[in-house]
Amino acid sequence: MKISRFIGKAAILVILCSIALAAEDFMVEQKDKNFVYKGAKADMLKLKVGDAIQFKNMDPYFHNVFSLSDAKMFDLGSYPQGQSKSVTFDQPGKIDVECAIHPQMKMTVEVK
Amino acid sequence: MGEFVIRCHRRTFSVLALAAVALLASARPSAQTSTDHKKKSFSFPGTVPVPANNKLTPTRVKLGEMLFFDPRLSGSNWISCATCHNPGLGWSDGQPTALGNGMTAGKRSTPSIVNSAFNKLQMWDGRFGSLEEQAVGPMQAPSEMNGSIEQILAKLKSVPGYVQAFEKAYPGEGITKETLAKAVASFERTVISKNSPFDAWIHGNQTAISPSAQRGFDLFVGKASCDVCHSGPNFADDGFHNIGLKANTDEGRYAKTPVRVSKGAFKTPTLRDIALTAPYMHNGAYRSLEEVVDHYNRGGDDRQNLDPNIKPLGLTDQEKKDLVQFMKTLSGKQVAVTFPRLPQ
Repeated sequence: MKISRFIGKAAILVILCSIALAAEDFMVEQKDKNFVYKGAKADMLKLKVGDAIQFKNMDPYFHNVFSLSDAKMFDLGSYPQGQSKSVTFDQPGKIDVECAIHPQMKMTVEVK
Repeated sequence: MGEFVIRCHRRTFSVLALAAVALLASARPSAQTSTDHKKKSFSFPGTVPVPANNKLTPTRVKLGEMLFFDPRLSGSNWISCATCHNPGLGWSDGQPTALGNGMTAGKRSTPSIVNSAFNKLQMWDGRFGSLEEQAVGPMQAPSEMNGSIEQILAKLKSVPGYVQAFEKAYPGEGITKETLAKAVASFERTVISKNSPFDAWIHGNQTAISPSAQRGFDLFVGKASCDVCHSGPNFADDGFHNIGLKANTDEGRYAKTPVRVSKGAFKTPTLRDIALTAPYMHNGAYRSLEEVVDHYNRGGDDRQNLDPNIKPLGLTDQEKKDLVQFMKTLSGKQVAVTFPRLPQ
C-alpha cells in the first residue's frame, strides 16, 4: 500500500516537473516593422533552452528574420503576410534577431 | 396618437438607419478615407532628427558649410564634398557613378544628400549609422577625396579662420576628427527638400498638382505599390532591396549583413527631389524616371535574388506617364545656395 502511494506521488512529481520543463512555443509577430510579443513591441524576450519562437509576418509586404549570433545562427529567408516560420533555441546565450530587409527591426533573445 | 407612433417609428427607423450607415462606414473605410490616410503618412515632419551630442546651432552649420565646400579636405586640395554633392545638380553629380581622386570612376552613384538627416543608415549599403560617421568616410577613401585625417586636421589647424570657427562652434573641443565630422553633419542636416507641390496638395490645395499627378499618386500607393518601399514622409523605408538590375555584380548590403536576402540589395533612396538627381539606381543604370518606371513595370530584369515584393505591374502607357508626373511633384521649394567664402 505504502509502495503504491509512493509510486503515485513520484508519478505526479514527474508529470509536474515535465510540465515545468516542457519547451514553450512563443509567437512573435512582425507588425508595422516591429517585433511584437503579446501586443507590445518586443525588445527582449527571455527563453529557456529548447523553447521556440514562431515569427509571423503581419505586414502587407515581405519580411526576413535572421541572426548571426554565435549562440544561434539562422536565416529564415523572406516570407509574406500571414506566413510564419519557427526557430528552436537550443543553446544558452544572447541572440540578436533582425530583419535583413528592414534593419530597424531588432530584438534580443536571452536563452537560459 | 397613431400619427405620433408612426412618427416615433419613423424617427427610430431613421436613427437606426443612420447608425447602420455609420457602422458600415467605420467597419469598411471608403476609398477616399484610405487615400486620405495614405496622404497623411507622407506628411513632412516639422523638425529634423538631431543627436543629443551635436545640437544644431547656426555657428556649427556655418562651419560645416565652409568645410563642405572646401577642397582642402582632400589629398589633392582639389575635391570638396560639394564636387560630387553639387547643389546645382540636386546635391549629386549627374554622373552614372561617382568620379573621385584622379578622375577615377567609382562603382556606385553619388547619393544626393537631400534629406539624409532622416536616414537611419547612411550610404547605399547602410554601413554608417549616422551622418557624423559618414561625413569623414569619403574624405579618407582613396577612390574619393583621398585624404588622411591627420593631414586634414593639420591643414585646418594652420588656418586661423578655422581655428576661430571651430572654437565658436565647439568651444574647448578643438579641431578633431569628431568636431570635423559633427560640423559637416550639422550642415548636411540643413539640406532639406520640403514644401513641394505634393506637400501643398496633401495639405488641401487641390490644384497644387495636376490631375495626371494625382492619378500617379493613386497608382503609387495602389496598383504599382511603390509605397511598399518608398514609404513615409521621406519616401524611403530605411530598408534594403534587390530590385533586379541587369548585370549587377555589386553585392551591396551583403557585405554588412551576409544573409541571402541582402545579396545585391541596396538602401531605398528618398524620392524627394528625385526629378533633380538623374541618373538613377545605385549604379546609375537609368537616365530618366521613365526608364525607372519601365524597369519596375517589367518586374525587374535579373530575378536571381529579386525582392519578392517586385512583380510585373501591367501599367498602361498613360499610367506610366501619371507615375512620372507624380514623382515630379516631389521637388521641394528651391532655396538659393551661396558658395561660402572660405577662411584663409
